[in-house]
Amino acid sequence: MADGTNNDAFVEFDRVQKSYDGENLVVKDLNLSMPKGEFLTMLGPSGSGKTTCLMMLAGFETATHGDIRLGGKSINNIPPHKRGIGMVFQNYALFPHMTVAENLSFPLEVRKMGKSTREEKINRALGMVQMNDFAGRRPAQLSGGQQQRIALARALVFEPELVLMDEPLGALDKQLRETLQFEITNLAHDLGITVVYVTHDQTEALTMSDRVAVFEDGRIQQLAPPDELYEAPQNSFVAQFIGENNTLEGVVQEIKNDTALVKLDSGEVIAAKPVNVTKAGERTRVSIRPERVEYNKERMQEGAYTLKAEVLEFIYMGDIFRTRLKVAGKDDFIIKTRNAPDQVRLKPGTQIEIGWLPEDCRALDA
Amino acid sequence: MSDIKDATTADTAPTPDDALRMADAAEKKGPVLAADGRPLKQSLNRALRLQKLRALALVAPLLIFVLVTFIAPIADMLFRSVENEIVSETLPKTTAALEDWDAEGDTIPDEAVFEALYDDMFFAQEAKLHSRLGSRLNYEQTGVSSLFRKTGRSVEDMGEVFQDQFEDLDDFWKTGENWTSFMASDEWLADIQAWDADSGDRQPRFELRDGIDDILPATAESYTRFANYVRTEDEDNVYTEDPWAVIYSSFYDDLTRADAAAIAAYSGPAAEQIKSAATAATGFETIDYSEAFLDIDEDWHSIDVWRTIKIYSPKFTNGYFLNAIDMQKSIDGPELRPENERIYGILFWRTMVMSITITLSCILLGYPVAWILANLPARNANLLLILVLLPFWTSLLVRTSAWKVMLQQQGVINDTLVWLGLVATDDRLVLINNQTGTIIAMTHILLPFMILPMYSVMQTIQPTYLRAAKSLGATNWTAFWRVYFPQSIPGIGAGSILVFILAIGYYITPEIVGGTSGTFISNRIAYHISSSLNWGLGAALGAILLAAVLLLYYAYDKIVGIDNVKLG
Repeated sequence: MADGTNNDAFVEFDRVQKSYDGENLVVKDLNLSMPKGEFLTMLGPSGSGKTTCLMMLAGFETATHGDIRLGGKSINNIPPHKRGIGMVFQNYALFPHMTVAENLSFPLEVRKMGKSTREEKINRALGMVQMNDFAGRRPAQLSGGQQQRIALARALVFEPELVLMDEPLGALDKQLRETLQFEITNLAHDLGITVVYVTHDQTEALTMSDRVAVFEDGRIQQLAPPDELYEAPQNSFVAQFIGENNTLEGVVQEIKNDTALVKLDSGEVIAAKPVNVTKAGERTRVSIRPERVEYNKERMQEGAYTLKAEVLEFIYMGDIFRTRLKVAGKDDFIIKTRNAPDQVRLKPGTQIEIGWLPEDCRALDA
Repeated sequence: MSDIKDATTADTAPTPDDALRMADAAEKKGPVLAADGRPLKQSLNRALRLQKLRALALVAPLLIFVLVTFIAPIADMLFRSVENEIVSETLPKTTAALEDWDAEGDTIPDEAVFEALYDDMFFAQEAKLHSRLGSRLNYEQTGVSSLFRKTGRSVEDMGEVFQDQFEDLDDFWKTGENWTSFMASDEWLADIQAWDADSGDRQPRFELRDGIDDILPATAESYTRFANYVRTEDEDNVYTEDPWAVIYSSFYDDLTRADAAAIAAYSGPAAEQIKSAATAATGFETIDYSEAFLDIDEDWHSIDVWRTIKIYSPKFTNGYFLNAIDMQKSIDGPELRPENERIYGILFWRTMVMSITITLSCILLGYPVAWILANLPARNANLLLILVLLPFWTSLLVRTSAWKVMLQQQGVINDTLVWLGLVATDDRLVLINNQTGTIIAMTHILLPFMILPMYSVMQTIQPTYLRAAKSLGATNWTAFWRVYFPQSIPGIGAGSILVFILAIGYYITPEIVGGTSGTFISNRIAYHISSSLNWGLGAALGAILLAAVLLLYYAYDKIVGIDNVKLG
């Protein structure tokens, strides 16, 4: 967990705040520290402050309060061009009047490198993104994916230790996006560079990152590795935002032996793992992942709490079945089951009973 | 990673050219056929024909308007710069007779030319054309205008000596009816007698009697000219109109020069009178035309006048163009004018240099404004844009006059400078009625034409380019100079072309604030069109200006590329 005072930290945000108009804080008290070589993703809905954080790190925005440190040194007063941070933009920002090679040569020229050094570095960078054959083309002659590869190569060609990426794959189609996700992660690990990646696409965040910082309302809601984020969300926002999620609302009846008994608003009582509820009488939202819900009696653990449910809709999705149920008065309860030979296909109108393990069911803030 | 192939890593990535290449390849295989077996191209044309016709119909009003009000006048003016028919039309016989005259020698033309001149001048003064020709030739040689006007007044009396002698010989020669009885065809005579002048019908066209022009060629020619003139210009009855003096002199020439046998053989109407006149004519008192013209004005024996007439007798001339580049036509071909008569070269050069200066100062002043406009938030940008556009909503004349008030020696700017103590009161700056005044006022007036195209191009340059450049390590200046500026060049190009072409033909502002040293070639063109009425020279100057602009445009296209010009 980030506490802002890590000695190994490469990138540090220390109590950073940002306001554009002097009335509202876009970023509220941000504390974050990253070790060298980490791939960290800032994930959040638009307007959550993630891009502002990135821009403050790059130097295009100044922090209203707090300290941003790079390699232990405060960079608040260093202009962007002296920070030595590579950056990939959402719309690529390749200079349209220069060829690919000239685009890559630009950061090397401003660093006053010799011609032979430049050519060697350009070739290596283009090789990394498999674009050697395109050195003479202009950006307008390249497809979106090709342009993004060049933008990536340009951000890497001067060998920065830190690379920032602002929704770099946002404008690409799904297949290309997946290919490039894979390539970017591999490149980052191979080169050992530190990456701060901004996206609003949670799949991208989960598949690429070492750690994900979920932003909402100017704060980091949770900073954790992808699996932890998915399986152990710390609050209901994260639970809702990451992956698909079923929520049931109710009041805590009692907490004992690390199990909370929750009385749902519709009257049923279920067991859940208390995450941020502490005492009886608190309102809570219980969160269960759709794939952790079981309806096959034989597979249900003994002693599991069960709820009555009515099948409303069955959707065949190929690899999985997605079934919508009416549970505890709510008709948007989703379960996902693997498409296996012995799997039952539920028919709409059927009355079933569903259950889950208490540790898969997390009682979060209301 | 390397085994992953998608569109971006394929060896031959698709490019926009691919579609064209594929289309080319398809074409080589033979025409593609439509479903009904006809070539696809033909079917497509058929399908699009209605659309094309509709598009043409929509464009037609403007196209016709532009053709009639823009292209046609320009073509007409360009034609005027070489057209010179007035000399050969007004003096047809003279110019024909001059063809054999050796203009390089030092003798004036012989009697035959003067005789032709008498005929031509006689008809010209009847039609009042001689003064127009005089003014035309006066552009080339001063004094010709008054020479022609003077001659026009006296030429009528010159041939009366023959008229008197013929009329003394026989009263038959006095009346028009007698002349037409043998000059005109029987058919015409019948027509003219049947014609009622009050009926509103047109008078029948004069027709010569068959064979009369073999016996009396000069008379026939003069009489036809006379008849046509009387019929169309005077609108009198040719049948009863008494002939002019010039016809008697032609008649005398014919009778004295003609083959006696031909006249003897003549048996048509009035044969008797003609034969007796022929006999009597040999003893008539005659005149020396050359001397007679010398009596009117001694300039007629000046070789320069005749050289000028001869040089300008062709239907087309390059004289106007030579004038426009400070040269003149002489008998040895084109030559430079004397140093003190050269003005157009200086004017063209000044127009170019000042237009370039104005364009450059517009770029310098306009670029920062356009940059601010493009980078301000929309609300503030709109306010600023209104300020930029404000001059457009004010009359050009008002703006220029305002500059007159601002710039004069007792004007606002000088007063302010004196008040600030920057300039001594007896040493006030001369800011108007010279080139400085023209440059200041025209830069101001043309500035919006520079700012608007630059602004619209700069608006399309995303701010991320500058951010990207800075993140790559470029300082503010490098980022601007290597990334922003090259992308704004199309705007500069568009603005420069606009401003330069407008400046090079500007007229009102230089006229008002330019004095003598700050005027442009267009002021000279206006002078020739409206004051000196030398339209040919004005047209030639305009044609040269047009050619210069087209040449510069071509050069610009070669150097910068016209595709790089964007208006947004």
